Amino acid sequence: MWSYALKRAGAALVTLWAASVIIFAFIHVIPGDPIYVLLGDTATPDQIDRLRHELGLDEPIVLQYLTWAGHALRGDLGQSIFFQAPVTRVIADGAETSILLASMTMIWVVLIGVPIGTIAAVRHGTWLDQGLSGVAMFFASVPTFWVGLYLILIFAATLGWLPSSGYPSIFEGGPGNLRYLLLPSLTLAAPNAALILRLTRASMLDVAREDYVRTARAKGIRPWQVVRRHILRNALLTVVSAFGFTFAALMSEAVVTETVFALPGIGRLVVQSILRRDYPVIQGIILVIVVLYLLINLLVDLAYRLLDPRVELQ
Amino acid sequence: MNRDGIALWLTPFVARPIALIGLCVLLAMVIAAAFAPWLAPYNPYAIDPISRLMPPDAVHWFGTDQFGRDTLSRAIYSARMALLIGAGVVFFALITGIPIGVLSALFPRLGHVLMRMVDVLMAFPSLLLALGLIVILGPSVANSIIAIGAGYMTTTTRIIYGLALRLRAETYVEASRSMGSGTWWLVIKHILPNLISPLLVQASFVFAFAQLGAASLDFLGLGAPPDIPSWGNMLAESRTFITRAPWLLFFPGMMIVLTAFSLNLVGDALRDRLDPRFRNAFGGEG
Repeated sequence: MWSYALKRAGAALVTLWAASVIIFAFIHVIPGDPIYVLLGDTATPDQIDRLRHELGLDEPIVLQYLTWAGHALRGDLGQSIFFQAPVTRVIADGAETSILLASMTMIWVVLIGVPIGTIAAVRHGTWLDQGLSGVAMFFASVPTFWVGLYLILIFAATLGWLPSSGYPSIFEGGPGNLRYLLLPSLTLAAPNAALILRLTRASMLDVAREDYVRTARAKGIRPWQVVRRHILRNALLTVVSAFGFTFAALMSEAVVTETVFALPGIGRLVVQSILRRDYPVIQGIILVIVVLYLLINLLVDLAYRLLDPRVELQ
Repeated sequence: MNRDGIALWLTPFVARPIALIGLCVLLAMVIAAAFAPWLAPYNPYAIDPISRLMPPDAVHWFGTDQFGRDTLSRAIYSARMALLIGAGVVFFALITGIPIGVLSALFPRLGHVLMRMVDVLMAFPSLLLALGLIVILGPSVANSIIAIGAGYMTTTTRIIYGLALRLRAETYVEASRSMGSGTWWLVIKHILPNLISPLLVQASFVFAFAQLGAASLDFLGLGAPPDIPSWGNMLAESRTFITRAPWLLFFPGMMIVLTAFSLNLVGDALRDRLDPRFRNAFGGEG
């Protein structure tokens, strides 16, 4: 187990290194001199020379990368042009919203996807299964923001039950402010719950064919116990391994969802930074998300290995 | 393709009528795109200030937008953009994925390096990768295709690599090799023909997801120029008027859903028809 964990972590570090080179290169392949990009058209030659030296852009490119990576390792991702503040602080300001949104979404995904997927699998082949699977495929084919706009139209604009935009911090307004994240998290959960539903169903049907399930049935264990203890438990392994994939989908869709609901999170920050040409912030956010994604994939892999002893034998 | 071949391809649709409906919807989209100037009742760009934000009626079946443009006409013309983006993304994913995947499977040393590079690209969530590329390339229709295509290039390459590895190990391929077949002969005679049906499945899923990706880029204002009719652009504009003109939200969204849903149905039907050895290749995607 330990040697596997080390090997996997090593591979993740190599990937992270290569990804960091790409992210570093990002600011150099944007059309135009990064200095003009950073300072704008009104910069004087004096300012340009000073900033070029400050940023080390007059150094060889390899040295520039090492300096940038060294700073990043120490938690310094540079300065935001728009906010005139460290990128890490700008990202940290958006983190509360995004982390809460992602957590609430994952709760919905698990609460909706797993039980309904189980029901579809148990009632396999009936009209109920076909109906549920159809609904799941529908939500997998819907643009996230369209669901969001409809939820706003129904629950905020028409019924007036929930706020349609913004999110004041729970540290200032108390946990009641979580209601601001209710519609966004449901929006974000829709396609991902659909995915987990389909996966739970497919994986349970696979497990149901195993010999040990037949043995359990033959022993006279009650059908519901067989489903719960023998089928669902083993089927969930596959579902757990899909959480890495779900996280990536979540990050992508959060960009759009946070924009629809005007949430002060990291996803909306990316879009605004693109429109403001605040390149250091874009670079920083992409780096942070790639690190998180690799970390989650690593943890999912290790958890899978721990949960399923059979994998070790292969 | 001979008659038996066509019959074989049609079986999954006959066995599952709902997939046949999906196929018909797609056909309707293609017709709408091809004959848009004849099918659309109005010019999709024609501004009519007097009939602004009109609800659907006998004159404007899908209502009008804030400039008085006919929503039905814009929705029909948008099918062109949808097909262009979908076909473009599929083409991009295949034109990059097939050579990289097949070469990697045939030459393990090269494959090791190339697949590691694909892994690195996969560490970027798809929309973030697309947004990063849009920043570098600038927003336009062609760049939307590249930006979205880059994300599906990686998954497509992985699938092709896995399939080609399995094909390479097949007895008949080894037999052909032992009789002195060259690498090119193996690729053209044995590997590529066997990739066609799994790639058709992958293509329908990529086509579906490209619709959602393009809609997101358009919605964020980073896709096709705003005056070009596309379902994503129409939805982006509808946002300000959702309470006053909910039909502007309904129709373009339904078009996206219908297209993506139909493609998913068709993809599912084709996957179930596929050679059972290859079925697992599409684990998490569908």
